[in-house]
Amino acid sequence: MVIGQALNRVDGPLKVAGRATYAYEHWDDGPPLYGFIVGATIGIGRITRIDTSRAERSPGVQLVMTHHDAPAQGSPDLSIPFEYWRAYPVLSSPDVHHYGEPVALVVATTFEQARAAAALVDLEYAGGSGSYDFAACVDQAYAPDNLIFGILPTDTAVGDLDAGFDSAPVRIDERYTTPYELSQPMEPHACLVVPDGEDLIVYVSTQIVDAARASIASTLRIDPERIHIITPYVGGGFGSKLRIHSETILAVFAARALRRPVKLALTRQQIFHLTGVRPTSSQRVRLGAQRDGRLVAIAHEVTMHTNRHSEYIEPTATTTRGLYAAPHRLTRTWLTPLDLPRGEDVRAPGEAPGLLAVESAMDELAHAVGMDPVELRIRNEPTVDPERGVPFSDRHLVDCLREGARRFDWERRPATPASVREGQWLVGYGMAAAIRGHFQAPTTGRVRLAADGTAAVQSDMTDIGTGTYTILTQVAADGLGLPPGRVRVELGRSEYPVSMGSGGSWGAANSSTAVHRACEALREKLVTTARNDARSALHGLDPAGAEFSGGRVSIGGVSEALSEIVARNHPEGVEAEGETLAMTDDPNYRDYALHTYGAHFAEVGVDADTAEIRLRRMLGVFSVGRVLNAKTARSQLIGGMIWGLGAALEEEAVVDPRSGAFVNRDLAQYMVPVHADAVEVDAVVLDGFDDKANVLGAKGLGELGICGAGAAVANAVFNATGVRVRDFPITLEKVLPGLPPMED
Amino acid sequence: MRSFTYERATDARAAVAAVSRPGAKFISGGTNLLDLMKLEVERPSHLVDISRLPLRGIEELPDGGVRIGAQAANSDTAADVLVRSRYPVLSQALVAGASGQLRNKASIGGNLLQRTRCPYFYDTAADCNKREPSSGCSAIGGFNRIHAILGASGACIATHPSDMAVAMAVLGAHVELLGADGSARRVAVTDFHRLPGDTPHVETVLEPREMITGVVLPPPPPGRQLYRKVRDRASYEFALVSVAVIVATERGVISGARVAFGGVAHKPWRSVEAEAALIGRPAAMATYRVAAEAAMRGAVGQGQNDFKIELAVRTLCRTLADAIQGR
Repeated sequence: MVIGQALNRVDGPLKVAGRATYAYEHWDDGPPLYGFIVGATIGIGRITRIDTSRAERSPGVQLVMTHHDAPAQGSPDLSIPFEYWRAYPVLSSPDVHHYGEPVALVVATTFEQARAAAALVDLEYAGGSGSYDFAACVDQAYAPDNLIFGILPTDTAVGDLDAGFDSAPVRIDERYTTPYELSQPMEPHACLVVPDGEDLIVYVSTQIVDAARASIASTLRIDPERIHIITPYVGGGFGSKLRIHSETILAVFAARALRRPVKLALTRQQIFHLTGVRPTSSQRVRLGAQRDGRLVAIAHEVTMHTNRHSEYIEPTATTTRGLYAAPHRLTRTWLTPLDLPRGEDVRAPGEAPGLLAVESAMDELAHAVGMDPVELRIRNEPTVDPERGVPFSDRHLVDCLREGARRFDWERRPATPASVREGQWLVGYGMAAAIRGHFQAPTTGRVRLAADGTAAVQSDMTDIGTGTYTILTQVAADGLGLPPGRVRVELGRSEYPVSMGSGGSWGAANSSTAVHRACEALREKLVTTARNDARSALHGLDPAGAEFSGGRVSIGGVSEALSEIVARNHPEGVEAEGETLAMTDDPNYRDYALHTYGAHFAEVGVDADTAEIRLRRMLGVFSVGRVLNAKTARSQLIGGMIWGLGAALEEEAVVDPRSGAFVNRDLAQYMVPVHADAVEVDAVVLDGFDDKANVLGAKGLGELGICGAGAAVANAVFNATGVRVRDFPITLEKVLPGLPPMED
Repeated sequence: MRSFTYERATDARAAVAAVSRPGAKFISGGTNLLDLMKLEVERPSHLVDISRLPLRGIEELPDGGVRIGAQAANSDTAADVLVRSRYPVLSQALVAGASGQLRNKASIGGNLLQRTRCPYFYDTAADCNKREPSSGCSAIGGFNRIHAILGASGACIATHPSDMAVAMAVLGAHVELLGADGSARRVAVTDFHRLPGDTPHVETVLEPREMITGVVLPPPPPGRQLYRKVRDRASYEFALVSVAVIVATERGVISGARVAFGGVAHKPWRSVEAEAALIGRPAAMATYRVAAEAAMRGAVGQGQNDFKIELAVRTLCRTLADAIQGR
């Protein structure tokens, strides 16, 4: 069995040798031109004058495009539930909707020429008065009409929350705030567009090939078949590349206008305004409990920002729906319209900010009732989904909690906050539960066996650094009984079978299931062929007992090499496709609640004098069904945990409320953890198999690591200092006033 | 494209002659200048590369001091045996800065001349008197968590980001300069940087075309040296507040004290007020607190950075206590 092994990344050698070619690095189509985006320097208003003459006269400039000469474009079709497939008009009007919005495109022979000329585009604006300050505008919040992602209700209620809460002897009623965050993948948002007759070849860093193609096509109002997406390697996405943005649309415009290949990449600074942002949120959490910690009421009410013209609802209030048992429940969502960049999915949309709030509140409850926080969670473990009443498919939250507590030596946790000091450090332990919905989406994969006995897997699925190439190699190797070295995986091209790409942690399960099914279909073809082939050793044998192993198929004691069957009967090769259903078509999603689970444990030191917070160690224990690759799984989980650490302590995009601009727009000032912040971080995955999820028993885990990780750190800060900070990130000035007097 | 020309200076005299061209600038490690050029904050038309001048030596002086060549790398200086043994506070400050890669590239002279990390300085769409005189200061009333609490003006509240210079301030270092006419002079490092006043774009006392050739450290004063940098993450971040101290005690009484702060002002901030409040007083937390409060007398927050005042007080107290107790 190859599935589950810690197989090294099959694309690893290419990447470390610099031979994995990313979107901006393709050169095969001749020397490209370079685009540079001119962004608005106001937050709201209208362009009243553009003078491009200086820019046009600048050396090397081939094109300056503004709303005056941009092509006509389609509008977003709001009936498409996932907005990544919708049109993305750019330079379509003189109106400015947020700071940094593209107002002109400059294309020149070199990048430096384009950038220099971009500074020469003269613009005048009539500025309006924008709303940029979330806290000042929360009174304008509205309840959205739309479902979240077209499938999830924004609000739910069970029982009578107010009555249940009011009657509870122990009540926690607190508000938690989370900041704007951005994905900031290492590879910026970049593309190369090559005109090919009437067609366009688009090398683009994107998570979903089909969505990129559809969005470009509907923006240009052309046949999607005219667009050929190529994205074999993607340097991280984290949600920000689920859809294409202005860089791709503008490169397409320029390539069509100039009939030349055009490259366009966002600068690190531009990424802050020209991709999506995790909405800032204000979350009220109410927990009503008996004195023994048993919850009777749980309410999670979230207000978040949305761009005024492009509604985005982060599924934050949904976080509590399947988490703990309580008879009286409420979740509610409001949106505060602001003139800021649009909200979009950022890793674990919903759970990441939601669990920061809810799992902090659970820690507050544990403190209030004097219970161990692990035991409090176990006490509130539901037997069925607490909102829908359906059984869980495969829930092991309690196992994660117990195993994590054991491995972490949780019993060493100081029961009293601010009671342990080691030298300059106030030491504290914290924990939090993790939960994340498991999603499924229609995906097709193709497996082709050649006459030489090697297999090729093809899908327009992407590998965004997660390990898709590797896990699909493993799935196909097991599926056909081949050594992994005889499987080649080909991804990220629009002529391959359509997948739902990488996103929502569904990529691995979707594509693995489809490839597994393709292998099943291919095995069926092969044994049928052999049975009917008079020259085959397996001729006439009953294929029911066929086994595939070592590149051979055997029935009873008789075997034949796959290569021989194929060479004789299908010298061109033989292929089959497999599919994964949409979750709406899969009865298991109706009959069961499908999630992944985990438990995070953190130990922090807080400097007793300066309030600097440093992680000492962190452990996550997870239940994700079956693991496809132990190494890539662990890497993803650890990466998520470290992001959670950053979300708890460091990460925040700061808006200047006078301009609507993100101020700290580089990675020196938009703080994320460095290696020295995350010295000892470990992730453990429990053995498992979720037979309701799919035939492989595997569920996605790319986003699970961040879920709850930040709350464990926040709770450790409380345990260390006795200071509860509800406004994330927990920077030192929020802890400083609560520190003890200084000692000699 | 904003073209510029480039030449590599062959000796120090040639360098100061070459930089007399209009729009010319020296480039050393380029760890800050190149970023600023990409953002069009700096727009030199000619670069004179001085990184290969024979100014990399670190040598002992007859009086027991040390001279560090202006082109010595930050990493080489931090690792130097003389520096580590006599000026540990300087070595500590250097390794607290930037990352390993940047320290390998950045020079001592360039470190002194690095520009502020105020985000509005880096944003050509924002108002910044330092970048564009008389345009205004967006940091005042804006995002100013990392900004100055001492010595700021209505024109500028930026800080000088160097760690190294803070250590040099307590060590009484002098900056060696070579003028355009070939004349050499020395300036105390504490006089080298200016407060912003009405001219925040004039950051140092360097004359036009003057070049830093080295830094001279006098023999170390008696006492323990310690550098402490406070920041949000464990590495690769500029100081919210930093403190360099050299403190000596005799029978429980402070006999010598030098104190400087980083991250709080437009220059490394030597505090004679704190030093005066320490010398002759018992080595105890109460003394440190009085001294730290003396250092912060006149400190003004901008809102988001108000916490820095108490943070600076606490950081100085802890650093003094640690230095005196040999921690």
